[in-house]
Amino acid sequence: MTYIVKPKNHHPDLERNELGLTRRDYEGSISSLCAGCGHDSISAAILEACFQLNISAHRVAKLSGIGCSSKAPAYFLNQAHGFNSVHGRMPSIATGANLANHELMYLGISGDGDTASIGIGQFVHAARRQLNVVYIVENNGTYGLTKGQFSATNDLESKSKYGEDNLFPPIDLAAMAIQLGASFVARSFSGDKNQLIPLLKASMKHKGFSFLDVISPCVAFNNHSTSTKSYDYIREHNESVSETDFVPLGKEITASYDEGESVQVPLHDGSLISLEKLSKDFDPSNKSSSLAKINKAEEEGKVLTGLLYINTEAKDLKEILNVVDKPLNQLNEKDLCPGTKKLKEINKDLS
Amino acid sequence: MTQIVSTNEFVIKFANVNGSGSASANQMFAKGIFRSGVPVSPKNIFPSNIQGLPTWFEVRISEKGYLGRTEGVDIAVAMNPQSYNEDLREINSGGYLIYDSSWKRDFERTDINIIEIPLTKLCVEEFSNPKTRLLFKNIVYVGALSYLLGMDKEIYETLIAEQFKGKEKLIAPNIKALNIGYDYASENLKGSCEIKVNKSEKTKGMILTSGNDASGLGCVYGGATVCAWYPITPSTSLAEAFTDYSEKLRIEEETNKNKYAIIQAEDELAAIGMAIGANWNGARAFTATSGPGISLMSEFLGLAYFAEVPLVVFDIQRGGPSTGMPTRTQQSDVLSCAYASHGDTKHVLLIPSNPKECFEFAAEAFDLADRIQTPIIILSDLDLGMNDWSCPEFEWDDSKTYDKGKVLHAKDLEEIENFGRYLDVDGDGIPYRTYPGAHSEKGAYFTRGTSHDEYARYTEDGVVNARNLSRLLKKYQTASDMVPGPIFNQETNSSPLGVIYFGSTEASMQEALDKLHEEGIVLDAMRIRAFPFNLEVWEFIEDHDLLFIVEQNRDGQMRTLVMAEGGIIPDKLVSILCFDGQPITADFISNKMSSHITGSPSKSASGGK
Repeated sequence: MTYIVKPKNHHPDLERNELGLTRRDYEGSISSLCAGCGHDSISAAILEACFQLNISAHRVAKLSGIGCSSKAPAYFLNQAHGFNSVHGRMPSIATGANLANHELMYLGISGDGDTASIGIGQFVHAARRQLNVVYIVENNGTYGLTKGQFSATNDLESKSKYGEDNLFPPIDLAAMAIQLGASFVARSFSGDKNQLIPLLKASMKHKGFSFLDVISPCVAFNNHSTSTKSYDYIREHNESVSETDFVPLGKEITASYDEGESVQVPLHDGSLISLEKLSKDFDPSNKSSSLAKINKAEEEGKVLTGLLYINTEAKDLKEILNVVDKPLNQLNEKDLCPGTKKLKEINKDLS
Repeated sequence: MTQIVSTNEFVIKFANVNGSGSASANQMFAKGIFRSGVPVSPKNIFPSNIQGLPTWFEVRISEKGYLGRTEGVDIAVAMNPQSYNEDLREINSGGYLIYDSSWKRDFERTDINIIEIPLTKLCVEEFSNPKTRLLFKNIVYVGALSYLLGMDKEIYETLIAEQFKGKEKLIAPNIKALNIGYDYASENLKGSCEIKVNKSEKTKGMILTSGNDASGLGCVYGGATVCAWYPITPSTSLAEAFTDYSEKLRIEEETNKNKYAIIQAEDELAAIGMAIGANWNGARAFTATSGPGISLMSEFLGLAYFAEVPLVVFDIQRGGPSTGMPTRTQQSDVLSCAYASHGDTKHVLLIPSNPKECFEFAAEAFDLADRIQTPIIILSDLDLGMNDWSCPEFEWDDSKTYDKGKVLHAKDLEEIENFGRYLDVDGDGIPYRTYPGAHSEKGAYFTRGTSHDEYARYTEDGVVNARNLSRLLKKYQTASDMVPGPIFNQETNSSPLGVIYFGSTEASMQEALDKLHEEGIVLDAMRIRAFPFNLEVWEFIEDHDLLFIVEQNRDGQMRTLVMAEGGIIPDKLVSILCFDGQPITADFISNKMSSHITGSPSKSASGGK
């Protein structure tokens, strides 16, 4: 029902950001997802993050694959170009798009079927290439559009809505992303906007492969009492590694933490991500520490959320490939065509 | 003993062991003939193997310019005992066999001339390093050949100096090896070969290069900035050529940064996805692959077709089906490319025949892709792509600008009230597009592979979807006027019989027509260069009572395409098909056509039907 047009007029006193825009200006079409779908909450969080960061929507490109999650980009940022590609292939579209114009912000929206199964190869390689993208997996552990089959992130002990056993263990995409070299890895929950919005803001300001695994319950097929991706289960088992706050450039840090418990990580544009660590044995800049923490939580039956890993030193794909600063899609004949004189030399070499 | 006597018209074939360093010496041999002014067509006939298996390098030398493959060998340089028997069989009666007589042996054939050169012994005497001995052996036979063929040895000395520019200490030993061969032959083999190379002017204004190298250069000239590819024979050298030329021609001077981005992708699916993503975002991007890659890319080709994203794909065809014969040639992806992907899809094909066209079509493909907003598939093949050809020099017009097609930028959007990504504003089926980030309020749309209306909105309304599919067909008809038209071998038609051919078959076609002419058979010939077929193609078919379609595949795929797209009755189109993985020969074509026309049995039946 994406063709249903929302009314354009809105209350004159709506809050405006530094661009003079209201939240309504960041909206998309009316969602056709089920009422209560976690994905809609994620869309709302993306909208809020963009509003708060004063991002011009048209300087964002929204890219997705196939599935419920991949429909979501139609439901936020109407002024941004979107590309709903084919199943599991969003990372390659994002790679090409980014190489063509590195100046836009790329939001890759995927699901657990799209990323952990059919698209796992492209996910793996986009991460290892340090593609500058915000890659969000809206993770509900199930294939919603095809009516409730298990996905590869579904927990072994989690039964289907119809009582079937899940026979295979889950893939932990966040742990995998850390191992692959992603430079920003977080996990969150669609029902926890206080955690999700700062993480989104930080990921949008991070340069490199930013991966967010967002548990997003499927109200139609994976929200029953024997599911481990239900609202109730996640609320009960959620263990946050830190209280996260995003501090934009030039803003004073107001939150105060006990010494040794708080970390401020400067991002590329000078803004900060401020973390109040909830556990002493955790260092988000250390891969082994992060992976150990994730493994330990899994053993204890907990879902670890928050910023799991960050490395602000890594080069992104454009830098690795030593590509010019002017976007490639703005180069013209003069920049690109070597002309007749060079061609004559080439002819000479070949004769 | 008879001896073949010939000047500037012969075939020489080198039989080597794969990985023995013979290829560069053989290439140098061919280049030397080219430098003597005589057109050559060297062919590397190689196994899907890195080291150890037999490999051949066949060079046709033809002052007449007949550069297609031909059956039979006039001089065999047999350097591989493993393939002696096979090599021996192919030599024409009166021909010559050159072998390494360090180990003497007898050969069964008495109708050929054996030329003995103790290559290994000569190298052992002169070079101490066992590894370099092996490599120099190849240069020694080049030296001997230059004497036997009566060539100017200096040409090879110059070529050696050019080849080892920057590695100067290798020049002297290579020239020494050349002289060892030359001197041995002049002292021991005087008068033993009656095949000669005489200096000519026929290669003036010509270059010697491969289709893949030319295509890679064409991509540089055509403004491609993103190349995403996955290694597969025989397309790999195209991406490598783009890389090499970009490194030389596309570095920003002030910053030393690249005005291009090349990614070796994780697979063909990702490669084409990256090319689509970049084109969607307004950069010119391409991928290069072969048949198996086209199969893998088909889903994405359908998306680019339906979402109308420009794209350039090179398919360097090889022997199929499946993994097939990865190092042999065919033209067997015609149908799978023309109709790639599920649903109603049709793609624009460009079919070059020689490196010059590879260069031109590569550059032009980016304009066409942007103008038509659809994938352009360039159908080349292994023979054209990987082998060097004597062809006219590349040309470029410096006044040429890139045609990015119907793109609305910020100031255009300001003036437009109603932007619909898939609205047929001009009535040619080609809509207007915008690049992401163009304007803060206008021009954004949602690109999708799902059914959509004129405003890119999802729709399940069958009428709207049918309307869109019909517009795509209209766009396709528009494309038929934009693509390169056919080339005719005659100025005016003079026969009720016609022949249609395409791609690398060009190399053998004129020779075949000349042979038929000698038999008193006259045919009009047309070379198809693109799909969809334009009016000139249909007129040629209309103007003839019977047409042969010459193809290097089993099923007559181009014939199927002609029948399906033009409603041409099958009886009017006769297939001449070669599908043994070897480049089609003039003899094969002329014999098949002659026997069909005269009703006599065909002289040659190998490799086709």
